[in-house]
Amino acid sequence: MKLPFPLLPPNASTVATEVDILYWFITAISAFFVVLVAALVVIFTIKYRRRHEDEVGADIHGSLVAELTWTFIPLVLSLLMFFWGADLAFRLARPPVDAMEIFVVGKQWMWKIQHPDGTREINQMHVPAGRNIRLTMGSEDVIHDYSIPAFRVKMDVVPGKLTTLWFNATTPGTYHLFCAEYCGTNHSGMIGEVIVMEPQAYEAWLSGATGGPAVPPAQAGEQLFAANACATCHSGQPGAIGPNLGGLAGAAVTLTDGRTVVADDNYLRESIMVPLAKVVAGYQPVMPPFQGLLSEEQVMQLLAYIKSLKPAGPAAH
Amino acid sequence: MSDVSQPRNSYLDAPYGLASWLLTKDHKRIAMLYLISITIFFAIGGLFAAGIRLELLTPQGDLWTSDLYNKLFTLHGVVMIFFFLVPSIPATLGNFLMPIMIGAKDLAFPRINLISWYLYIIGATVTLAAVFTGGLDTGWTFYTPYSSVSSQTAVTTAAIGVFITGFSSILTGLNFIVTTHRMRAPGMTWFRLPLFVWSNYATSLVMILGTPVIAITVLLVAAERALGLGFFDPARGGDPVLFQHLFWFYSHPAVYIMILPGMGVISELVAAMARKQVFGYSFVAFSSLAIAILGFLVWGHHLFVSSQSIYAGLVFSIITMLVAIPSAVKTFNWTATLYRGSISWQSPTWWVVGFMGLFTIGGLTGVFLGTLGLNIHLTDTYFVVAHFHYIMVGGAIMAYMGGLHFWWPKMTGRMFSDAGSKTSAVLVFVGFNLTFFPQFVLGFMGMPRRYHAYPDEWQVLNVLSSCGAGVLALGYALPLVYLTYSLFRGAAAPANPWGAKGLEWTIPSPPTTYNFEAEVRVDEPAYNYKSTREVHVG
Amino acid sequence: MQGTVSAHDGGHDAHAHNPNLQHHFYSMEQQLEASTLGMWLFLVTEVMFFGGMFLAYLIYRVIYPEAWILGSNHLNVAMGALNTGVLICSSLTMALAVRAAQTSNRGAQIRYLLLTMAFGSVFLIVKYFEYAEKFEHHLVPGRHFDMTLPQAGQQQLFFSIYFMMTGIHAIHMIVGLGLMLVILTMAWRGRFSASYYTPIEMSGLYWHFVDIVWIFLFPLLYLLGAHYSAH
Repeated sequence: MKLPFPLLPPNASTVATEVDILYWFITAISAFFVVLVAALVVIFTIKYRRRHEDEVGADIHGSLVAELTWTFIPLVLSLLMFFWGADLAFRLARPPVDAMEIFVVGKQWMWKIQHPDGTREINQMHVPAGRNIRLTMGSEDVIHDYSIPAFRVKMDVVPGKLTTLWFNATTPGTYHLFCAEYCGTNHSGMIGEVIVMEPQAYEAWLSGATGGPAVPPAQAGEQLFAANACATCHSGQPGAIGPNLGGLAGAAVTLTDGRTVVADDNYLRESIMVPLAKVVAGYQPVMPPFQGLLSEEQVMQLLAYIKSLKPAGPAAH
Repeated sequence: MSDVSQPRNSYLDAPYGLASWLLTKDHKRIAMLYLISITIFFAIGGLFAAGIRLELLTPQGDLWTSDLYNKLFTLHGVVMIFFFLVPSIPATLGNFLMPIMIGAKDLAFPRINLISWYLYIIGATVTLAAVFTGGLDTGWTFYTPYSSVSSQTAVTTAAIGVFITGFSSILTGLNFIVTTHRMRAPGMTWFRLPLFVWSNYATSLVMILGTPVIAITVLLVAAERALGLGFFDPARGGDPVLFQHLFWFYSHPAVYIMILPGMGVISELVAAMARKQVFGYSFVAFSSLAIAILGFLVWGHHLFVSSQSIYAGLVFSIITMLVAIPSAVKTFNWTATLYRGSISWQSPTWWVVGFMGLFTIGGLTGVFLGTLGLNIHLTDTYFVVAHFHYIMVGGAIMAYMGGLHFWWPKMTGRMFSDAGSKTSAVLVFVGFNLTFFPQFVLGFMGMPRRYHAYPDEWQVLNVLSSCGAGVLALGYALPLVYLTYSLFRGAAAPANPWGAKGLEWTIPSPPTTYNFEAEVRVDEPAYNYKSTREVHVG
Repeated sequence: MQGTVSAHDGGHDAHAHNPNLQHHFYSMEQQLEASTLGMWLFLVTEVMFFGGMFLAYLIYRVIYPEAWILGSNHLNVAMGALNTGVLICSSLTMALAVRAAQTSNRGAQIRYLLLTMAFGSVFLIVKYFEYAEKFEHHLVPGRHFDMTLPQAGQQQLFFSIYFMMTGIHAIHMIVGLGLMLVILTMAWRGRFSASYYTPIEMSGLYWHFVDIVWIFLFPLLYLLGAHYSAH
């Protein structure tokens, strides 16, 4: 029988089935306990109903065996769920290295998407099926949350940092995209569509999409790098005022206070916006902050450019 | 004590006059002041809920503007949580019963008890003032930076209102703890305490440890807005997620402030209605403390998708699993208590049975949300909304209603309509499931919380939910009628209408001002129905 | 379940006529124990209250260590140290006032309470001058904050926390002074003696707590990092 309205979400990513299996497993366990408790309560209430006014219940105080039984069975079951859920969460949290990167910027109340070739769209995200896709997300104002129920993924988009989300869509189709973290007046209007296409159709769509001239993010980043005269200090030459950026992304960096940090997206972002928060050992704290001067989108483009730099540095680029 | 109508020198009658009520230091009168106030706020919160459910009848968001809708769900949450649920059982039933149950004449600090009520009223007034000076649209969670830099509504006023109300809660908790430690009658040892006292004690611990943190947190938000300080604003170097940590450090334990007293009520009702010792008394007692303590270590499960480290998520997830265990233990112990009991079919039992079903579902759906991999899909959806309503409405309010009916004869000296109470319990149970069960389904399909408009294909379930809310409202309105009626026309209540054990049933209904005419000495455990049987059967 | 007894413990009769015994307590001991436990619990809530701010301080200190050092250098260590000394003296006089109540010495009670209030007032006056200095140097967060400072945004965060913590501490001092005024009036009327001194003792606990908060604030805000050279 087919109902005229859905009771289950579409299943359109590689992890969706895994999430659903865990969901139905816990549902089965829960249903068992709900039925057990409800049945016992109803049976006891009927069977041991008060027959006459002065009657009192049996003089039973408890049983250690019973207490231990109903402590350990739920404990074992919940630990099973914990490990299962944790394992799944790790896979959901770690994007595969070969993932294609799409930039997402949330602002009240729209989603701005930029594809690797520079194609932009708003409140729509076209993606190819069967390919690992990583979203790098930032917010221009308050906290948002990028939620695609059909893929069973969701991640907050937090101002002041970059967050990531990955998925591998399996089935072409059009799916809901929601902002799932309350963000003000038009929160429920901050929605859109995720359109999963066959890879060839996606390529065709990219070449035919209209959304302004498509400048790839790394190239746009290079232009920003030049426009802001970043190369004056980050020249990549020995003795330069700023550190060499070639091969920096993903490398370990030693700071003036002796700490070592990994130069991930959030480190690079902070070093542009608030450079003096973490100063690289051997350099003076002289870089001006770009907070308020660069948009999240521009920061993402700069990051794309920095990541494209080879260890030799910009001079060789 | 016999079943004759009691002499009219009760706490209700002497002394007379409005001033004698507004300046009273009698814990029973203060309980009644709270009862009236929280009933008003329950009605106000219910009206806001009606606004939400009416809007969601249609997918388009066509009844209210988005701004008004956002204010409706925000105020529904703020009013229901801070002004109804948190004070509900502790401040009314707890206030009334705690001293009597331990054989004391009053709480340790009667004047502070009255101050608590005034703080509550002042805090509530300030918050309501926010409603009329721009409203509040941040959600009850006040998440930054929306609340601190973006919202155009009266956030500062509301935050100050919540801040003031917090001190009401702190002082009540403080009073209960000192009362439990220092005011017990001779012979009333810790393991003779009724379980309602244990659970209120655990609740009070959470109140005094958690509430100050929310107080300072909302104060920081108010300061950020009013004075331009930048604690949580990323544009000024602040970290908005720090707010979430501080907020949930209180607000997760606050869930236990709401449900623990309800668990205590259920322990009392199960024992009295089955006339049987609570199965595994010490396990039930200690599980309250376990919940109170573990409850402080799970706040991060609200932040699984907030960009919190996944390793932090792991720790919070496993502790969340652990906190489910004491709740399961309690549920099984209540069920076992019914085994071979002498179970009355009077109306308090009906509320207990309803609680057992709803609370079990509410607790188990919490396990879904505590599971890391599943939480990612379910968080911020209607699944969460359904889950916490099963705990707070299906659990806490069901227990509150059961307790209110059970002790109503003691509090007012009047019997109420048992048929009315049963009808109400059934209406609430049916209406509640009809309202909130479809929301689990909607949540799994991904319908986000706090949405003014939603995709068309989800309309059927939303309409079901709204219809259920109508039934639910009827179920809650009915007691208002027959309980009020009972005040004027109800039969005089005997001292012990249920044939229950406990010090409160040894004194007249309603009690006199100082509860006990003579000093009390306790020489038997709680729920000692065996002795009664020896009298009747042996 | 309950039996009635006329006098279940010896303490009851011994104090039955003490006018300070409230009706719902059995004995003065019970009343004192209740008050003491209540006050300690209240102080626990105060610890949690300040705890939220200490946590914010700690987290931002870890994120922005440089800005914290820079911010510390703008604070006046001499004034902070003076205030620390003043508060330690006030704790001493407060303890002596409680002692005077326990020995039923009304004159000493009044003398020491007045001294405590004097020290408390000196603290607030010094604080006033410190705050005034911050306003002059545009170190108060908000529109007039000196944005030319190095790491101005993060230093502003430091000063946000500085003003919040010291401000709430100062409010506690003002509440404490009000409390002292009430206690002083009671002491003036000779309410305290060896048999009843609960209010003065409880107020003393509160006063010491407020002092101890400052003992944490002073090194955290003024001293840590202040030995680095100013930029």
